[in-house]
Amino acid sequence: MSGDGKAVSRYTTGARINHWITAVSLILLALSGLALFHPALYFLTYLFGGGQLTRAIHPWIGVVLAISFLGLFFRFFTLNLWNRDDTVWMKNLGAVINDREEGLPELGKYNAGQKLVFWGQSILILLLFCSGIVLWDVYFADYTTIDQKRLSAVVHALCAIGAILIWIVHVYAAIWVKGTLRAMTRGSVTRGWAWKHHRKWFRQEVGKP
Amino acid sequence: MSVLQALDLRRRSASTVAPPPAGKPAAVEVAKLIDVSKCIGCKACQTACLEWNDLNQAIGYTDGTYNNPTDLTPASWTVMRFTEYEHGNDLEWLIRKDGCMHCDDPGCLKACPAPGAIVQYTNGIVDFVSENCIGCGYCVKGCPFNIPRISKTDSKAYKCTLCSDRVVVGQAPACAKACPTQAIYFGTKADMIAHADKRIVDLKSRGYQNAGLYDPAGVNGTHVMYVLHHADKPSLYAGLPDNPHISPLVGLWKGMLKPISLAAIAFAGVFGLMHYVTKGPNRVSENDERKAAELAGSDRA
Repeated sequence: MSGDGKAVSRYTTGARINHWITAVSLILLALSGLALFHPALYFLTYLFGGGQLTRAIHPWIGVVLAISFLGLFFRFFTLNLWNRDDTVWMKNLGAVINDREEGLPELGKYNAGQKLVFWGQSILILLLFCSGIVLWDVYFADYTTIDQKRLSAVVHALCAIGAILIWIVHVYAAIWVKGTLRAMTRGSVTRGWAWKHHRKWFRQEVGKP
Repeated sequence: MSVLQALDLRRRSASTVAPPPAGKPAAVEVAKLIDVSKCIGCKACQTACLEWNDLNQAIGYTDGTYNNPTDLTPASWTVMRFTEYEHGNDLEWLIRKDGCMHCDDPGCLKACPAPGAIVQYTNGIVDFVSENCIGCGYCVKGCPFNIPRISKTDSKAYKCTLCSDRVVVGQAPACAKACPTQAIYFGTKADMIAHADKRIVDLKSRGYQNAGLYDPAGVNGTHVMYVLHHADKPSLYAGLPDNPHISPLVGLWKGMLKPISLAAIAFAGVFGLMHYVTKGPNRVSENDERKAAELAGSDRA
């Protein structure tokens, strides 16, 4: 319970900074990556000072993202372990996206959708990091064969598209579910939000499980 | 090295190129023919290449063979590769001049993400345009022959230009000009094939039953061709690919993956928008707030 008495604390300042470093890096990576992925989007290289600079800076942003995401991973992975209620929730996804959550199990800090975002990004970012190292010719060109580089290029592109799609789901959920964004901007949510979306977590927070 | 005009382009990397204007005569395809059976390994072609293209290959090391430098580099666009081929009691010294093959279906160009960094002229020459090159190394992944090299100095890709700047003014490439045994010919592709046929007849009469022309169909033919005494086994010649083709992984990466990916992203965006428009925002009701307050209430009272 925090400050104004009517808000429930959800993220510490450290977690928020960690999240936003990750968010900004991911967006910059998507823009610079898409610029080199499809000729129709090559104009995005101008945002980074041209093709050479885009090519040079993209992997470094990737390093920032990998380190930053690792922080998020260790902060949140225990809260994202799958349980039986998550399976029930996923089976009722149709009700969820129609805003009819009544009757579904009470949820802890994260619902199944959020957990899938978490694990999806964890796996994809790991794959992106590994394939990205193989493609980082400036430093690592001599350590892999051309066939390995070709495979990495495909893996890197596929995983990047997957990560972008998950990012769209993640951002849209924050836009759709009102009262969510302030958790990552101010660190707290309203009691009503906590009650509606994460009741089990809310009960723990107010000490009445 | 782009000295030809845009109208003379057949392909341009990461771009859509309109076909040459109607009324323009069809371009004559050129080719270089390297007769491996006539090569003596003198490296005059390597020297001529450095000289004409104003390249400065730093002095390296010897690995105990005649291969020098030991591999293609950003400054060595052609190297002789020496192979000692033993069969039975016979030893053959196979010497192949390695360098860009100028594929008719160029994998480097297909893989290149930078518009206009790789072009193919209507005469078939594949050329790198350095000012557009971003040094990503995708051409290395696209090439079936392992030819392009990225400079550590300026992060740009380099390879043989087939002396496009000489060809455009009616000159043969520097290597062909320098070759003392005329193992390197240059002319129209049709003439080169006709000449190769004569050489192959000659080689067969000398006992090389498998002599033939290397103009691999997997890349739709090349604009640098070899006459080989063992055309049934190209890989004998320092790993010349038996059946070169653009890797299916590169085909996927540069083919279907691009439109499908952008379509998926667009679909996700549109789906979100439509969901919001049809369902409206997901809001916390006053009832939720009241119940939440009841639960928290006694705790805070």
